[in-house]
Amino acid sequence: MKKITIALLILCMTPLSVIAGESGMPLDRAPVDITDNASLKRGAESFVNYCLTCHGASYMRYNRHRDIGYTNEEILEKLVYTGQKVGDLMESAMRKKEGEEWFGVVPPDLSVIARARGADWLYTYLRAFYRDDATATGWNNLVFDRVAMPHVLYEMQGEQKLVVKGDDKSLALEKPGKMSAADYDKFVGDLVNYLVYLGEPHAKARIDLGIKVMLFLLGMFVLSYFLKKEYWRDIH
Amino acid sequence: MADSFTINEKMSGRRKFLVAATSVASGVAGAAIATPFLLSMMPSERAKAAGAPIEVDISKLEPGMLLMVEWRGRVVWILNRTPEMLATLEKVEPELADPNSDKKQQPDYAKNRTRSIKPEILVAEGICTHLGCSPVFRKDIAPADLGPDWLGGFFCPCHGSKFDLAGRVYKSVPAPTNMVVPPHVYLSDTQLLIGSESEGSA
Amino acid sequence: MSTLLNSMLEWIDKRFPLSSNWKAHLSEYYAPKNFNFWYFFGSLALLVFVNQLLTGIFLTMNYKPDASQAFASVEYIMRDVEYGWLIRYMHSTGASMFFVVVYLHMFRGMMYGSYRKPRELLWLVGMAIFFVLMSLAFTGYILPWGQMSYWGAQVIVSMFGAIPSIGDTLQQWLLGDFTLSDAALNRFFAYHVVTLPLVLIVLVFVHILALHETGSNNPDGIEIKANKNPVTGIPVDGIPFHPYYTVKDIVGVVVFLFVFCGIIFFAPEMGGYFLEYNNFIPANTLQTPDHIAPVWYFTPYYSMLRAVTVNFLGIDAKLWGVILMAGSVVIFCFLPWLDRSPVKSIRYKGPYFKIALTLFVISFFVLGWLGTKSPTPLYTLLAQIFTIIYFAFFILMPWYSKIDKTKPEPKRLQE
Repeated sequence: MKKITIALLILCMTPLSVIAGESGMPLDRAPVDITDNASLKRGAESFVNYCLTCHGASYMRYNRHRDIGYTNEEILEKLVYTGQKVGDLMESAMRKKEGEEWFGVVPPDLSVIARARGADWLYTYLRAFYRDDATATGWNNLVFDRVAMPHVLYEMQGEQKLVVKGDDKSLALEKPGKMSAADYDKFVGDLVNYLVYLGEPHAKARIDLGIKVMLFLLGMFVLSYFLKKEYWRDIH
Repeated sequence: MADSFTINEKMSGRRKFLVAATSVASGVAGAAIATPFLLSMMPSERAKAAGAPIEVDISKLEPGMLLMVEWRGRVVWILNRTPEMLATLEKVEPELADPNSDKKQQPDYAKNRTRSIKPEILVAEGICTHLGCSPVFRKDIAPADLGPDWLGGFFCPCHGSKFDLAGRVYKSVPAPTNMVVPPHVYLSDTQLLIGSESEGSA
Repeated sequence: MSTLLNSMLEWIDKRFPLSSNWKAHLSEYYAPKNFNFWYFFGSLALLVFVNQLLTGIFLTMNYKPDASQAFASVEYIMRDVEYGWLIRYMHSTGASMFFVVVYLHMFRGMMYGSYRKPRELLWLVGMAIFFVLMSLAFTGYILPWGQMSYWGAQVIVSMFGAIPSIGDTLQQWLLGDFTLSDAALNRFFAYHVVTLPLVLIVLVFVHILALHETGSNNPDGIEIKANKNPVTGIPVDGIPFHPYYTVKDIVGVVVFLFVFCGIIFFAPEMGGYFLEYNNFIPANTLQTPDHIAPVWYFTPYYSMLRAVTVNFLGIDAKLWGVILMAGSVVIFCFLPWLDRSPVKSIRYKGPYFKIALTLFVISFFVLGWLGTKSPTPLYTLLAQIFTIIYFAFFILMPWYSKIDKTKPEPKRLQE
């Protein structure tokens, strides 16, 4: 009987694997730390500069960025470009129809993209663009084949080309950009960190509250355990 | 029945203590669980954003005209009063319930006869303090239905409450208090911010 | 104070059977004194049910059952409503934990023969609860209107189309449209928040009444009512449910909450099993995700649905899949009559039953795991093999339970 119990418990705890990108390419580990406000702020500012032009984050309000250490005034100064109010949603500057005309698809809303794709996928994806003359944009991507999005960050990263050796595909830097490879990785790392925050802005509050709840339950367990023992002395 | 769930005298001290302690802890847990549920019913971030202060341009508001704007889903009146209208404010005072605006229905900077920052511009929530209807602006003097003493003001069609041109309530009507003056501030001579007293919160 | 309470109680008792019900169902409901770990899951299921009702009501206050607003309204709850995230995670985690405790509760019944005479009806009511629970889970999963909501529902509803001759009409009637759309979302919302919870409340009530009529089974599978104190008429091996099992259940509840809150606060997605990654993408009626899998609690049945790949006996594979899937759940209802063993509990049953039950559990898990994977020829073959084992557990039961070498049941409960 005990054995079945243990077997069941072990089965319940089997590690749950995350599905990798559809290309099956191994993903690089994103440097995610949602408690690092400096990184989140850098990411937020890159996000509004480079992403928000085409993508929206339309479930997120600007003023929620107080979570990561901004004041309302700083939010208006550093994040809001379109004359919106501080309590407004982060809508894209571009209209849906325009997106469809320009890229063939509506650029997806990025509010919960990190929850759908995973941080590692995004981190790899944003660093895996390469030049490909066969596509409409002139860009292709190693983890998202024939992606409709052009390489918005190429000025920073430079231009990569695809190197094929047998079944092995890799990328090589052809024209350097404004940033060194390490700086670009850090830049994308901050951006992805921000996207993770964006996917679940209350995550930090959730964990903080969780610790308190667990401590309370621990106390409750001690009490209820002794209460049970006290009553069950009648039986044994 | 009462015996089995209240602490009874036959119980040992240890048992009494444990029952009491567990009950208290459960009570605390219950209250802690109820809190997020009750808080979730407060205005959400969306409601707060929609209720953010609004900017109103009053450069085109002619004397004698009433402008209605919406703030937090409620109507706010902006009335540009003529000198004649302002003159009525003193005359009606004996008929009013709270002519000096002693009850806190306005920010301190509007606790004066005109109940406003600039004498001619009245900013008030257009909601009757009786049961929440929106009164009608009646600037006609001595109309048939309101009697010969009427010098202009606001009349609530629901239950007949009357207010003067500063939103002060008349005596012997159902409404208990003067109309509410929301917090507001002039960003410039013609630019009015309603809902806030500081310029930075727009 | 206590005299005031007593006179109040007297006043009520003259008008409502409060004391007598308290006695009948708690303080003088005699339960076997040897309940073990497996006996926590009934009261835990009740706890999770209350959690679902409560959080569900508060979610309903902000959710919009409208195809164009549903996804956004869920994110609105998660971000703009104060503590909305907590309420939503309590509900989404509660849905999965409901199945965890109900599966363990059912497994307990299978181990200790709790479905056997005189508890057949209790078991059947329990199965009805399970069906309603599955419907609740299905209709609830549609509501966030993400990719998995949409395509998962599409797959399930298409199963009705497999029914010969009336299938297509039935499917349209269920959807209120020619495809899964706003109309279906709106009506599934009605089922999820009104119809099914009401039915479930009634069934849970009946389940408890039926339990308290027959009395609880126990790990030894013998009837404590067969051995009563001649003077008091109280079962010798019985103890009052309150306070003994209430205080014990409190410990169980706290331990359960440890797990429950651990998931809510530290892993609400549970690695993509409780909240699937693809469901963070709004429903797109033009594009199926690369990989679709139902939530974990449906994956064993989903595997069986996919396992049939050939037509036989003049019935096509699609319909066979649907028949097997429905059959795999309905077949539990026949357990009381399939089990021919002279003893109830696994403690006194012979090796055949133990092997059969172990194989059944293994096949349930393997099928569940396969259901989360994209089908490959190997996986399909595995699914077919384990589907056969799954059904063999039930179909062969009359035979192996009869010839099994059982041990004699004791007269009194064993410590």
